[in-house]
Amino acid sequence: MSAAPVETAVRVNGVVKSYGRGETRTLALKGASLEARFGELLMIVGPSGCGKTTLLSVICGTLDVDEGAIEVFGHDLAGMSTGAITKFRGENVGFIFQQFNLIPTLTAVENASVPLLLRGEPTRRAEARAAAVLGHMGLGGRERSYPRELSGGQQQRVAISRALVHEPRLIICDEPTASLDAATGQRTMELLKESALRPDRCVIVVTHDSRIFHFADRIAEMEDGRVVGVHLPKDFHHV
Amino acid sequence: MFGVALKMLFRDRAKYAMLVCGLAFCSLLMTQQTSVFCGLMMWTTATIRNIGAPVWVMDAKVEQVNEVIPMRRIEVERVRSVPGVQWAVPLYLGIEQARLGDGSFQNIQLTGLDTGTLVGRPMKITAGRIEDLRLPDAVIIDQVGVEKFRSRGITLEVGTTFEINDKAARVVAICQSSRSFLGQPYVFTTYDRAMEYAKPQRKQLSFVLAEPQPGVSPEELVSRINLLRGVRAHTADALFWDTIWWYIRNTGIPISFGTVVILGVIVGIAIAGQTFYLFIYDNLRYLAALKAMGARMTTLTAMVLLQAFSVGFIGYGLGVGLTAWFGNAVLAKGQPPFFMPWQVPVFVAVVIVFICSFSAVIGLIKVARLEPAVVFK
Ligand SMILES: Nc1ncnc2c1ncn2[C@@H]1O[C@H](COP(=O)(O)OP(=O)(O)O)[C@@H](O)[C@H]1O
Ligand SMILES: [Mg+2]
Repeated sequence: MSAAPVETAVRVNGVVKSYGRGETRTLALKGASLEARFGELLMIVGPSGCGKTTLLSVICGTLDVDEGAIEVFGHDLAGMSTGAITKFRGENVGFIFQQFNLIPTLTAVENASVPLLLRGEPTRRAEARAAAVLGHMGLGGRERSYPRELSGGQQQRVAISRALVHEPRLIICDEPTASLDAATGQRTMELLKESALRPDRCVIVVTHDSRIFHFADRIAEMEDGRVVGVHLPKDFHHV
Repeated sequence: MFGVALKMLFRDRAKYAMLVCGLAFCSLLMTQQTSVFCGLMMWTTATIRNIGAPVWVMDAKVEQVNEVIPMRRIEVERVRSVPGVQWAVPLYLGIEQARLGDGSFQNIQLTGLDTGTLVGRPMKITAGRIEDLRLPDAVIIDQVGVEKFRSRGITLEVGTTFEINDKAARVVAICQSSRSFLGQPYVFTTYDRAMEYAKPQRKQLSFVLAEPQPGVSPEELVSRINLLRGVRAHTADALFWDTIWWYIRNTGIPISFGTVVILGVIVGIAIAGQTFYLFIYDNLRYLAALKAMGARMTTLTAMVLLQAFSVGFIGYGLGVGLTAWFGNAVLAKGQPPFFMPWQVPVFVAVVIVFICSFSAVIGLIKVARLEPAVVFK
């Protein structure tokens, strides 16, 4: 176990979230509560459709909640305008997606520099910084490659570089290994844990891939729109 | 992020090429067609430019310069009697038949200039001397005529003779002139000799040309002459626009050209709008990712506008540039109906801006509706 300071980075309290209206209304979150701490890698696991992605979306403010409260680094998202949340996200959150979502017409270094460009940093400086991070991810020499010229694992490493380049305090990963084979998934998680985890940072990984559960510091188990338990990996025996 | 926007556009080769080609084609079509239309309209007003008098007086029923209703010779004196007239001279205009050395016929635009002053004489003489017009049987023919005859294997030079309505004509000079709508060569001679060439009629005066005295504006003189009964005066400028409007109202020219221009706009909107929509649609998940990563709507809007107007600008440049180049190439060879006043590129630019805005708005609606949460899908 890491000796990370026990300090709350993200606090989710009794969040209710529904999609659609009337007949087609689906309750995706039915009063979910969760805490994520600085310096930890928190996994959110559970069967498909239980609300994991929805929970991630409300944590990073890309979705509004119907009820309940979300607090990220002490900021109550409900009290912030869309613009303020967008700005907050740009500064504080790094994203890693299942489908990588690298822009196909940008090279690795250009993709990885996007969060810095969004902040208004000059291209030269942003790309120099991105190249350094790519090098750290073992992608030295592939900076000028386009996503289609890279393997799935390499693409995900570009995505991790992009998520880390602006030094955000919260890293959000949705099924980061689902598009990768087992071995590549393991290596990607090793890299993620090694490079992303820091005492002042919180990494939240949504997954239903039991082979990567052991990378977690804590595991939040979801079922039908609720967090039903938080476990240490050694105590968590997934069925 | 503007660099990112441009890279996304330029590196999407297929769509970029399609967008630029569509907009270039649309610009080319519109520029070319409007220029040809303007060129034809210039042809219809060639006589006004070739004669170059400030005030034109004609029968009150005349609607445009190519329509001649003969007046009595006395009208010249009536115009001269109007206060503020510096000078007033007769002008004869008529389509006559010229017979060439090989026996074939050619319609010509016979132009009879006031014998004393030669007012309305051609400005650019390329061979011979204008003064020789007072010699017996003397005529001046324009370069259009020289080309016409040459295409039939007949060389027209100073000294060449031919016949106009069976009466001898001798070329004493060759001039440059604007081509007329039907392309008949302009043949200049004196008013008195034109009367001999023309078929005898009771009334033979086509126009009275006049100039105001210093201090009197052409418009003022026109309104004074218009007090005379049976005649109507116009400034050269007003006659120019009356003539053009007459052709717009009374011929199918604007409809046929207008149709092609509208077709150009539709093709432009269809190709550019659709391709741009597709371009945005294909990039939607990346735009959503940008939104999730903290791109504000204003940033995304600016990116999409930059993309739309970049292809618009490049396509427009190509289209208008190609048309101008083509126009210059054909203009160097003769007088095709091609005239591109500055209003044409401005008009086309306005249409292209409209098409790009339309495309961008369609794309932006998609982007605005985009939930950043779709990135997790
Ligand atoms: N955009 C949406 N519109 C309607 N229903 C949705 C939408 N997104 C998710 N849902 C529904 O909400 C529930 C939770 O979805 P999700 O959070 O994606 O689950 P998970 O990520 O655990 O698979 C599911 O029943 C899903 O069908
Ligand atoms: Mg999911």
